[in-house]
Amino acid sequence: MRTVYADNAATTKMSRAAIDAMLPYMDEIYGNPSSLHSAGQKAAEALTLAREKVAACLGCQPREIIFTSGGSEADNQAIMSAAASGERKGKKHIVSTAFEHHAVLHTLKALESRGFSVTLLDVHENGIVTPEEVEAAIRPDTCLVSVMYANNEIGTIQPIAEIGAVCRRMGVPFHTDAVQAVGHVKINVKEQNIDMLSLSAHKFHGPKGIGALYIRRGLVPVSIIYGGAQERGKRAGTENLPAIAGMAAALEEACASIDRNAAKLIPLRDKLIRGLSAIPHSAVNGDLTHRLPGNVSFCFEGIEGESLLLLLDAKGICASSGSACTSGSLDPSHVLLAIGRPHEVAHGSLRLTLSDENTEQDVDYMLEEIPKVIAYLRNMSPVWRDLQEGKRQYVIQ
Amino acid sequence: MLYSEKVMDHFMHPRNVGVIENADGVGEVGNAKCGDIMKIYLKIENDIIVDVKFETFGCGSAIASSSMATEMIKGKPLSQALELTNKAVAEALDGLPAHKMHCSVLAEEAIRKAVQNYYDRHGIAYDPAAFAFDEHEHEEGEQA
Repeated sequence: MRTVYADNAATTKMSRAAIDAMLPYMDEIYGNPSSLHSAGQKAAEALTLAREKVAACLGCQPREIIFTSGGSEADNQAIMSAAASGERKGKKHIVSTAFEHHAVLHTLKALESRGFSVTLLDVHENGIVTPEEVEAAIRPDTCLVSVMYANNEIGTIQPIAEIGAVCRRMGVPFHTDAVQAVGHVKINVKEQNIDMLSLSAHKFHGPKGIGALYIRRGLVPVSIIYGGAQERGKRAGTENLPAIAGMAAALEEACASIDRNAAKLIPLRDKLIRGLSAIPHSAVNGDLTHRLPGNVSFCFEGIEGESLLLLLDAKGICASSGSACTSGSLDPSHVLLAIGRPHEVAHGSLRLTLSDENTEQDVDYMLEEIPKVIAYLRNMSPVWRDLQEGKRQYVIQ
Repeated sequence: MLYSEKVMDHFMHPRNVGVIENADGVGEVGNAKCGDIMKIYLKIENDIIVDVKFETFGCGSAIASSSMATEMIKGKPLSQALELTNKAVAEALDGLPAHKMHCSVLAEEAIRKAVQNYYDRHGIAYDPAAFAFDEHEHEEGEQA
């Protein structure tokens, strides 16, 4: 049976370059970068080199990079840093969006319980925030604007440079959770007026458990992990050098391949979108052009996402869904609700996220199997029967 | 693995899927907003469930629970069907993950509702208290 891994927004397969870059630091170069002896200094040199590579990929200075355990930690640290400096100036208002990752939303919730107020911007039906709305939401006491670069579920890309320009003009620090974007679209933090940016290595064929926060010189990072003086005193704990080296190699490779990957993936993505749109009462989620090259997101009426995923898995197709049963909560994905999908439709969502490892044969196979599985599930669904018999109104025409 | 082999078997090869035209009793529980609806159709002769079919909109464990529950009551007297508990369904499936136990509750409720519907249609007297299931039970089950 064919296996199609189409869940690259969840995680990616590590690249050969990333694995090869890691191995020496698990083998002969095992020193602690903080040690004075030569074994330690060799490790420290590798750490410096990795930091330079990551900085070069983002268009910033190496000293503006803090290595973290991943995207969630970087989001936490970015937001807590802006909140701490805001609090000192009596500014306790934050602007963000309704469809951020939980690493952002739950950090903002925690700040709300400490007296901060949060404005979550509407992301509209197309899943895109406008710079005008960001500007209108900024108040004299706003200490941070945090808008994700590209959404993890529906793949929509935000007008980051324009939002950054608004923030710069109004003197408000701007953070972007770019976990889904880094290595997939061209980013330059200086040109795009980005003050803080979060990234995670395993989304671009690097290892898991490692990420980074870019924080512009002049902004003061706060530690969220107390301990030693690693990362210029801003992130305690012995550096995970194998992972850092793997991340740097993966990022260099990904950034050098952005155009080539987009040229390959966009036609595959659009073929999938066209093919799945032919399924009756289906709808694509999010804007069709301002979209990550590998993201396909759909809602299908009358079915539930978890059973769809299990049946696709039995056909060798690894995908994801925003149904409640897969989100581990009572509600379906907050992203789908934020773009206005009603609960009953959001339960029937499917996300396919491609990488450069996928082929046209993968796409053809998915287009062959997915409609069959949906027809099978609809055939046993009382909701679908009610829709067909007119006892229930279609949400998606 | 999230589910037991039994759950996967009943999910991949569900028994008794479909509709009974002119069923003697029909019961539907759950709601689309929560992501699961279960509908049970009963054919009853001399107080025996001679045929049973189900339709389910829901996750893997909801489909497996419907399939298992229909197998457990097929050919059985109504009195036995009414004694079927969600725990018995879950046990027959070699267990369900804690947050999926509500799926077995739906199966139990759908059967009871279908039997009650049969009694109502045929003017058979029954104690309504015996069928009064707590409307909140479904939600609580989901949070468990």
